[in-house]
Amino acid sequence: MSVDLEELVARIAGQARPGEQVEAYAARGQESDVVVYGGEIESLSTATSEGVGVRVVVDSREGFAYAGSLDPDVVAETLADARDNAAFGTPDEYLGLAEPDGVAPAVLDLWRDEVAGFPPAEKLALAFELERLVLAGDARICSVKSAHYGDTAVQAAIATSTGIARSNRRTGCYLAVVALAAQGEETKSGVGYSVGRGPADLDVTEAAADAVERSTRLLGATKPASGRLPVVFDKRVTTSLLSILAGTMSGDAVLKGRSLFARRMGEKVGVAGLTLVDDPTNPAAYGASPNDSEGLACRRNVLIDDGVLQGFIYNTYAGRRAGRASTASAVRGGFKSTPGIGCRALSLEPGHLDQAGILAQVGDGLLVQSISGVHSGVNAVSGDFSVGAEGVMIRGGEPAEAVREVTIASTLQRMLSGVVAVGNDTEWLPGSAAGVTLAVAEMSLGGA
Amino acid sequence: MLDPSVLTRVLDAALRGGGDFAEVFVEDRRSTGARLDDGRVEQVGSGRDRGAGIRVVVGDTTGFAHTADLTDGGLERAARAAGAAARDGGGMVRTVALDDCSRGLAPPAEVLPETVAKADKVELLLRADEAGRAVGGAVSQMTVGYGDSRRRILVANSDGLLVGDDVVRTSLRVSAVAEGDTGMQTGYETVARTVGFELFDEVEVDEVARSASHRALSKLAARPAPTGVMPVVIKAGRGAVLFHEACGHGFEADAIEKRASVFTGKVGEQVASPSVTLVDDGTMSYEWGASAIDDEGAPSARNVLIDEGRLSDYMWDFLRARKAGRPSSGNGRRQSYQHLPMVRMTNTYLLAGEEDPEELVRQTSYGVYVAQINGGEVNTVTGDFVFGMSEAYLIENGEITVPLRAANLIGNGPEVLRNIDAVANDFAMASGGGLCGKNGQSVPVGMGQPTLRVRGMTIGGTAA
Repeated sequence: MSVDLEELVARIAGQARPGEQVEAYAARGQESDVVVYGGEIESLSTATSEGVGVRVVVDSREGFAYAGSLDPDVVAETLADARDNAAFGTPDEYLGLAEPDGVAPAVLDLWRDEVAGFPPAEKLALAFELERLVLAGDARICSVKSAHYGDTAVQAAIATSTGIARSNRRTGCYLAVVALAAQGEETKSGVGYSVGRGPADLDVTEAAADAVERSTRLLGATKPASGRLPVVFDKRVTTSLLSILAGTMSGDAVLKGRSLFARRMGEKVGVAGLTLVDDPTNPAAYGASPNDSEGLACRRNVLIDDGVLQGFIYNTYAGRRAGRASTASAVRGGFKSTPGIGCRALSLEPGHLDQAGILAQVGDGLLVQSISGVHSGVNAVSGDFSVGAEGVMIRGGEPAEAVREVTIASTLQRMLSGVVAVGNDTEWLPGSAAGVTLAVAEMSLGGA
Repeated sequence: MLDPSVLTRVLDAALRGGGDFAEVFVEDRRSTGARLDDGRVEQVGSGRDRGAGIRVVVGDTTGFAHTADLTDGGLERAARAAGAAARDGGGMVRTVALDDCSRGLAPPAEVLPETVAKADKVELLLRADEAGRAVGGAVSQMTVGYGDSRRRILVANSDGLLVGDDVVRTSLRVSAVAEGDTGMQTGYETVARTVGFELFDEVEVDEVARSASHRALSKLAARPAPTGVMPVVIKAGRGAVLFHEACGHGFEADAIEKRASVFTGKVGEQVASPSVTLVDDGTMSYEWGASAIDDEGAPSARNVLIDEGRLSDYMWDFLRARKAGRPSSGNGRRQSYQHLPMVRMTNTYLLAGEEDPEELVRQTSYGVYVAQINGGEVNTVTGDFVFGMSEAYLIENGEITVPLRAANLIGNGPEVLRNIDAVANDFAMASGGGLCGKNGQSVPVGMGQPTLRVRGMTIGGTAA
């Protein structure tokens, strides 16, 4: 018999002793995953997981414990552990749980009943179709490493002794495929995917075409000469760049002097016209959510307005420490972690040109179609930026020969000040940011 | 953790409708973590994960289900779900008899984490904070993380195997921020081993913190890294992740089976310079990727992948080995009971050569000396990689001169193996604490390498 999550978290929060604050966050997920290879089923997995994370704040100290089980004895032990752990923290007057702030959560429909009832045979049929379409997509495709269909349905509930009580649920499903393309001695791989909240959102043709395009386009790619040149980022790449930028806008990083934007509030940090917003209330955003991970209603936050640094994002603790309200930007990686700070739905204010128009405007440069080494290559403190890149050269305003094994480098500061165009091709992609074509005046290219 | 008779019933239930193979993996994991940041112990946390993953193999299809419910009923439901997923029907019934062969094979941790007072763990954070800040006034921030885990597993399968392991891991991670006229720079140091709290009898916490601070401070004077292809000398133990990522993954039998590795079909061929011998070794006691058995119950082993430049073997898990008609090499690992096992590395390292490490630098007229590589990314199909150099210096006229700002290092794993032109006699393992990610699963891995030189790699700096 499954436990009612809302009742469970309310019961835990209700056990707060005088002078103590207690938060309980419980989640339950169902997921399925099918993998096919070579026309055969490779694996079928089904799983249900559930668990609870408990935070206790007492005497200005915080403790945390989690358990991957909702058994009553385990839950009781978890609360006791969190209490015990609180005794070892350093007292900090700003510690404390979120309190209701009167903002009503957006009404968002993130759940599709069809996910639970989607028959395994249809999941397999989609995965087989995906594999078949990729193999038939181009003569140079030599094999499909694996074709996947997967789905998840997650319910979460949070309650605190300070009066927070919220729950939400969401579904998601995806098709993903890794294609291998060969030409002579050379082999390249490319990942294609399609995601949605339910099976009806999936586009198997698009996922297949994406994998074919990404695995074949770099065959015969060469390494260009090193130099400095204008760089245009493809949509998927911009999504990663915005996510990195979001990390530097975290109120926690700013407070601790770990952001290149510390002490720059109100200053010009980007070109005129550059506007960056995080809005999880937008139902089109992949990361849309009615409330944050501390139970506050998500809201629209403007980070950069017309090139001027306008705001940082905060959870409850960082907000208190900065003397500000939370921006409802608490995020957590499930019941096993405490609330951190992050964006859910970042986007750049779109411009007027499509990608072809931007390439024409740039004239000569590099169109970057994928980047790698982002986590090791971008320093949120110094702003140093150096990543591996693949893509095509831009010559005379048109895409030209493919290039690989190059690095592009600059600093985030120079990149923001050097934005020459934002596309009109905004598309919400998986992750915390929208994709859009983005052009930067100059970066260092490391090649041959 | 569970009675053999229960495991037998679960395996019977899994195979009730037919099947070639069934396995139960039971895991009970407890962990503690504590973090100090900005001079404060922000939080002490603890976690508990307990459950079982059950797989059933029918032909080439694997069915898998997992549950946190370890009651007879919960296990049986998961077993039936895994069985049903793997087959359309069928009627063959198999009965499984388990041999209780061994348990507790890992070298036991001397000081189990649960026997250490939380206050003693927290004390380490404070000591590291103080030692790191004492290095210099320019050190503006310290972050220190302590972590320990005890993972007990039990594997039972329809071949009659019943085996367990009990693995304790302990780590301390320090990051320092230094502030100067040129902005802020960061420095890291980690110590992580497959041992208990006795780790800190051997390792000086103050020293770990000081090296993180020194690293951050030295980078304040750093200048932009050069751009382009040049010789690279990699300090012993400091660049081993490159060989793990850009070479090791290509030796995993699942990639080989699907021809998704450049090393497919190259057993016996010369794939690296003759000075290169690459080994994966799960038996290296105390190293981060060590364990007595893998997560399919096979004993950990020392496997030579490249022998003096020649490809000698790949790494294998149960399924891939079975298909190839050979034994597993002890490389079937999984993140937790919620995951299917697959081929993974353990401790992967290049053996030492004969040259003097200082001589390698002296023979280099212009290049980069890499003293620490942090995370990176690799395309395992092609071996193309990108790694961040978190500590690097310029080599000019055979001498290490100025520190360089963080920049990426890119190249191709198989090409690097062929372009290693000198290998020194000073082998070192990396400091530990690395997690290797593959298909969404993370497992702890160790790695090591001697100082060596690569003829040419691409440095992604900003200096013209």
